[in-house]
Formats: sequence, structure tokens, C-alpha cells
Amino acid sequence: MARKKRNVPGINSSSTADIAFILLIFFLITTSMDTDRGLARRLPPPPERNQTKDDNIIVKERNVLQVRLNKDNQLMCGTEYISIGQLKDKAKEFIKNEQDSPTLPEKHRKNIPLLGDVMITEKHVISVQNDVGTSYQAYINVQNELVAAYNELRDELAKEKFGGRKYLECSEDEQKAIRDYYPQKISEAEPKKYGAK
Amino acid sequence: MGKFNKSGKRGMPELNTSSLPDLIFTLLFFFMIVTTMREVTLKVQFRAPQATELEKLEKKSLVSFIYIGKPTPEFQAKMGSESRIQLNDKFSEVSEVQDYITQERMNMKEEDQPFMTVSLKIDKDTKMGIVTDVKQALRQAYALKINYSSVQRQ
Repeated sequence: MARKKRNVPGINSSSTADIAFILLIFFLITTSMDTDRGLARRLPPPPERNQTKDDNIIVKERNVLQVRLNKDNQLMCGTEYISIGQLKDKAKEFIKNEQDSPTLPEKHRKNIPLLGDVMITEKHVISVQNDVGTSYQAYINVQNELVAAYNELRDELAKEKFGGRKYLECSEDEQKAIRDYYPQKISEAEPKKYGAK
Repeated sequence: MGKFNKSGKRGMPELNTSSLPDLIFTLLFFFMIVTTMREVTLKVQFRAPQATELEKLEKKSLVSFIYIGKPTPEFQAKMGSESRIQLNDKFSEVSEVQDYITQERMNMKEEDQPFMTVSLKIDKDTKMGIVTDVKQALRQAYALKINYSSVQRQ
């Protein structure tokens, strides 16, 4: 019963590429590659129902930087109109209060691990107020400049204290110390209708 | 001189395509790994605002999305051209935001719930009125970690 060796017919695989192409196109269409990026923020918890409007929290005037945006996207910082490019320096000057000026936030002594006893403007608040008609891009610009001010200050401090590194390159403990030194305090008041149409 | 003049046609050698499927499969796997499935179809126009101090949004499973913008042209006849909120796949009102957040939170694992982040994808021409309303609703729902989705400014 000796048989002749039979040839196994090869499967034609020329269409495998097409099948793979179809799969590839399917995945290209149904998926999105964009890594989401954005400005991370934290909202304050909701006010308690029985809480009377917080009268007892008195913030000294020198500790508050008022940033206002009106419906035409004009920016006001303190008592003067400024452009968006000036906001970062204004905010930095306000948060840092290098010369301990009496018109800028008061400084308090605080002991921070790794940094020791330091004088910081712990009680400063930047209050952002916007109008109902303000455009979202203008609002993001302001938020962005304020975050940039904090980031630059933190970078400067990290460079000075922790040997020329940036804030994000520091270790966890060092980052926490820097965060304690420059805590982010941006408060968002409810919008007012200043100039309604 | 006649060195290069060869008589007779030369046959073009056939290209070997047996490794083509492998190439395509490699591409396919690459895309399967680096991308995520799109979950909703956008019904509002969304052009992200520009900013410079961006942070990456980690862990997609902890993130819920809220879209705000003008309805896309095919919905404008029905919905008008005022800015609208989109939750999941449908247009919604501000009052529905709180329920949506609660529901999203229920769908998460219990240990993940405190880390829930809400990504606000808001068109850059939106007026702040509707944004503030949504933010107040988020505060009421205790969804305090938010992220204003934006793109890098050049």
C-alpha cells in the first residue's frame, strides 16, 4: 500500500493583508489617540445648608487680589485695567511679597520641614470673578496665567533650595515642602452680572 | 560598446509580498495599544481653548466627561444655536448634571470613587454663565476634582 507522496496545496494567503487592513482601519476610526490634557483644578465643597453666609470669615484687604473679567473680556486686577500678559507678574509679585510691603499680603512665620523657619504669605487669596457673558477662552487664559505664576514661583524656590532642579524634578517630600511654601489659593466667586446687555 | 545593450526583454522580478500581512498586523497592534475606544459621539461643537500649564489626565477609567458647546449643524434646527450640555450621548439640562455624576460614581469601583475626576470639555466660545451653573452643580454633587480640557498653545 505504498502511496505516492501527495503535495499539500498551500493556502493562498494573498488576502491576509486585506483582512488586516480592514481591521486596522476599523481601529483607526473607532479609537481616539488624544491624550487628554487640561488645567487641573479643585472646586471648594458646597456650602452647608444651615450655614449663614460666612460673615465671620474676614479676610484683610491686603491679603486679597481681586481679578475681575467683564463681559467684553476686559481684565481688571486690583483697581486697574491690565492686559493678560501683565497678570502673571502681578500675581507673582502679590504672592511673593518680597519686600514685605504693607500693601501686599502679610507674612507669617511657619516651620516647614526641609526649609526650616520661613516667612510666607500664607493667608493670601486670589479671587477671580467673572461675568455671565465672559467667554470661556478668556476665563481659561486667566486661570492659566495664575497657575503659571504659581508654577514659576515654585520652580524658582526649587532652584534656590534644592540645587538647581525644577519643581517637578524634586522628590515627593521636597515637592510637599514647596507646596507648603506657596499654597495655591485661587477662589472663584459666583459670577456677577455687572454689565448685562 | 554594446555592453549594456541586451537584446530581449527582461522580466520584472515579482515583489515578495508574503510579509505584508505581518507589517500590517504590527501597525494594527500598535494602534490597538496606544489608542482608547471612543465612547460618545459628539453632538456639540468642541474646540478646546488654549493654555500652557497643562497636566495630563491620568487613568481614563476614573474620568467622566461633560461636553458643552453649540450643537453641531445637524442638530441646530432642533436644538437652536445656544450652548448646550452633552452628557453621554444626549443633550441635557444643568439639573441633570448631578444625577449624571451620581450615576457615574456608582459605576466605579468603590475604592476608586474618591479619585473621580470630571473633565470639562467646553468650547472656547462658550459664555461663562452655563459653565458656572455646571460648576455649581458639580460642587453640589461633590465632584470636586475637575479638569478644564485644553490644548497646548504654540
